[in-house]
Amino acid sequence: MTLRVNDLKVYYQTLRGDVHALDGVTFDLADGEIMGLAGESGCGKTTLGKSLIRLDSRMRHVGGTIELDGKDVPIADDNAMVPLRYHEISLIPQYAMSALNPTRKIGRMVDELLRARGVRPADVADELRRRLELVGLDPDVLNRFPIELSGGMKQRVVMVISTLLDPSLLIADEVTSALDVSTQRAVAESMVEFRDRGYVKSMIFVTHDISLVYQMADTIMVMYAGHVVEKAPAGTVINEPRHPYTQMLIGALPEVGTTTVQGRLEGIPGTPPGLLDPPTGCRFKDRCPMAFSKCSEQPPLVEIEPGHWAACWKTG
Amino acid sequence: MTNVAGAPGAADKAGSAEPAGERKVSETLHFARRNPKLLIGLGIVLVFLLIGIIGPFFVDHDPNEYVGPKSQPPNGEYWFGTTTFGQDIWAQFVIGVRSTFLIGVFGGGVAFLIGTAVGFVAGYKGGIVDEILNMITNVVLVLPALVVLIVAIAYLDVRGLFVQGVFIGLTTWPWAARAVRSQALSLATRDYVDLARLSGRRTWRIITAEIAPNMSSYLVMSFILLFGGAVLTAAGLDFIGLGPSNGVSLGLMLESAVAWSALQLGMWWWFIPPGLGITVIVGSLYILNVGLDEVFNPKLREL
Amino acid sequence: MWRYIGRKLFVYLLTFIVAVTINWMIPRFMPGDPVRSMLSRAQVSDPEALERMTNYYNDVFGLDTPLHQQYLSFWSGLFRGDLGISTMLYPEPVLDIILRSVPYTLGLLLPAIILSWIVGNRFGAFAARSKVLDNTVLPVGYVLTATPYMWLALLLAWSLGIIAGIFPVAGGYSFSLRPEFSWLFISDLLAHWFLPFLSLFIVALGGWAIGMRNMIIYELEADYANYLQALGAPRKLIRRYAFRNAMLPQITGLAVQLGTLIAGALLTEIVFNYPGLGTLILSSLNSRDFFLLQGIFLFVVVGVLVANFIIDIVYVLIDPRTRVQMTGGSS
Repeated sequence: MTLRVNDLKVYYQTLRGDVHALDGVTFDLADGEIMGLAGESGCGKTTLGKSLIRLDSRMRHVGGTIELDGKDVPIADDNAMVPLRYHEISLIPQYAMSALNPTRKIGRMVDELLRARGVRPADVADELRRRLELVGLDPDVLNRFPIELSGGMKQRVVMVISTLLDPSLLIADEVTSALDVSTQRAVAESMVEFRDRGYVKSMIFVTHDISLVYQMADTIMVMYAGHVVEKAPAGTVINEPRHPYTQMLIGALPEVGTTTVQGRLEGIPGTPPGLLDPPTGCRFKDRCPMAFSKCSEQPPLVEIEPGHWAACWKTG
Repeated sequence: MTNVAGAPGAADKAGSAEPAGERKVSETLHFARRNPKLLIGLGIVLVFLLIGIIGPFFVDHDPNEYVGPKSQPPNGEYWFGTTTFGQDIWAQFVIGVRSTFLIGVFGGGVAFLIGTAVGFVAGYKGGIVDEILNMITNVVLVLPALVVLIVAIAYLDVRGLFVQGVFIGLTTWPWAARAVRSQALSLATRDYVDLARLSGRRTWRIITAEIAPNMSSYLVMSFILLFGGAVLTAAGLDFIGLGPSNGVSLGLMLESAVAWSALQLGMWWWFIPPGLGITVIVGSLYILNVGLDEVFNPKLREL
Repeated sequence: MWRYIGRKLFVYLLTFIVAVTINWMIPRFMPGDPVRSMLSRAQVSDPEALERMTNYYNDVFGLDTPLHQQYLSFWSGLFRGDLGISTMLYPEPVLDIILRSVPYTLGLLLPAIILSWIVGNRFGAFAARSKVLDNTVLPVGYVLTATPYMWLALLLAWSLGIIAGIFPVAGGYSFSLRPEFSWLFISDLLAHWFLPFLSLFIVALGGWAIGMRNMIIYELEADYANYLQALGAPRKLIRRYAFRNAMLPQITGLAVQLGTLIAGALLTEIVFNYPGLGTLILSSLNSRDFFLLQGIFLFVVVGVLVANFIIDIVYVLIDPRTRVQMTGGSS
């Protein structure tokens, strides 16, 4: 088991009180698993991705544990996290297009980063070139400034840099949303290839684009209002979703297998509850056509069949 | 509005039924009341404003009149002492503070009007209009304002506060135009402005009704900076001897202090108050501005 | 890239034309007869000199010729390097008087600008490190930028000059000395230079520190800084990047601030009676020597334009983004 997240609670501190962005999130990620993490914006998926590598100054770890390869991940302790970052847990950020220092040649920046992380650049130089070629880039990009590269090229460079030290866990945050459809597919394919070659052990692929995830991910986890509502193999989530929210989410897609836009996901009537003072019980109950009295209690996330987890009284 | 980068959007719709606009105002006030830079800056500026407004009413003689004993250090009767001619420095100071605010409002105001007008039109219209206005802005920007002012004002036989203000305004607007232009440029492409444009509203109506309100905090801060700049420029002109004829201002006080060797005579009370007055007024305004920036710009609240 | 430089050059050329035109227009379009008003205030006692000067002025202004001809002859005079004859120091050419003062002004300005820029940037970057530092450096910086140059000059002259008696407070060198290349003279020159330099330096320092602090905070929020932090890069590396990137806009700031700094130098010189352009402006104003005044104006404008252009070139060479565009465009 690569990653084990247990009852993770991370709140945002705001003037008006704590925003319960992650309110008891539990899941496992197996070795070699690519997990798509889906949900509407504001469901906590980006917060989850951030929490696993670096809490920003307004995020607070309230409870729960994270284990990576059997070792505890001390996400609340910024300094203790440093050795894990990059070596064990790495990130391809949402802003990959602007993630490179504009005034440094890419190669020099990579060298400086590696040296700062206790790696001799010469030791990985060959590997770096090989991987750049693998994603279809001329290793000469290392002698260039980021401004000389196209958006797609920068995206691939960041992908290679982030995975250079073969991390156990890679978090890819909305990496495809800024790209056109064909580039999206190429990036997704490269990510699968990286996993297959063992450059990364397992991966969490945060996206709002369920159909893209369906093509590349092994499993899909759907979140709603700070809770996990369902996690199952990709095919199961798409073809036999059990949670009413997942069903409506999938139903809102025009046709499985084609790309969709975020707007479609809003085809479900109503809005998610505020997380400043979240309602008790099932958080979807106000929008759920199947809601009944039991839903005022919070449904536990239970394994309804091997590898298929859902949090709903109707499925349990 | 939580304004937390990356925070769940749902937080915006949090429980209570307050309208969003009202909540934003109350939130701004919340930060404003807790921002020491804003409060201290504003407090000092208001104190000086009061001095400038009320002070002159208690001066019952011409501040340039020779009323008292000569070269007195500060004492009970003449709070700030007297000049070598026996002029009351406190009387000159309070009236000087008043003219400091006047020239700031005047000079800063003229610069603000020109700068925002040029900036808005350039940013909103774009194209050839933008090119031309940009060119003019750059030309005026490169010209060293004070030196232009010296040459222009030197030829005037009679100089007044108003003329000085207009001239300062005419030479110091360019950076405001640039700043407003780039803001307007980014706002002009927003949906609601497009909508207004499609619905056939006039340019100036769109600028005043749709664009300007959305950058009001930015405009306030620009005005404060122009105000401070005008005060400093006017002080420089006064100091060179191009101040209002027969007027009273803090810069003119510095001029006569230097002209009549206050330095060599050790009459520190003659040159310290006027310079301190300018520094404190403009400095407080600048610090107040930083406070405003922190209140309006959530990103800066952190630090 | 070459287009960028070309554009800049065009703006500078335009600025120069505007400045010359202003210079030509002011005496002609301001109310009153410039020749009479100049002569009446020039306090010339020698009647012969007065007559020579009246003739000279009438000739120079050429007020009886059509306006466009006046304008053209103004330009042609300019191209011959003829800025006119001073009335204050008649019959010395304005250009000679200006050239005598320029070294003093440059000697104050250049070290003050360069040193305050370097030190101010360091200070600002340092301030952005912690809240406590930031809360002290920032207000101090703003108060410094709000200080009238001449007032700080007065304070320094009074405290370090008059009271402490360490530095002389007037002139470029002692009256008892003649300019020569000797240790005595040079040390005297430096002693007279120090206080005006210091006061310029201190006021300018505040502005650079604030600019740097604001730029660094902006850079530390940038995406590349976030990415490096997520990958566990130490603060030191991120700060180094942020500092370097923040320097670039500060170079542009140098061009923007130039006018203010020159104004500051002129005012500071007046306080110290330092024999540069500022003091020259004051005396030309007092003796109504408008040719001298306008000559100084043109000279300063040309200086500003040249400095701006140099800064543009430096910026292009230093910022890889523009440099890359340059080589990319030519290859």
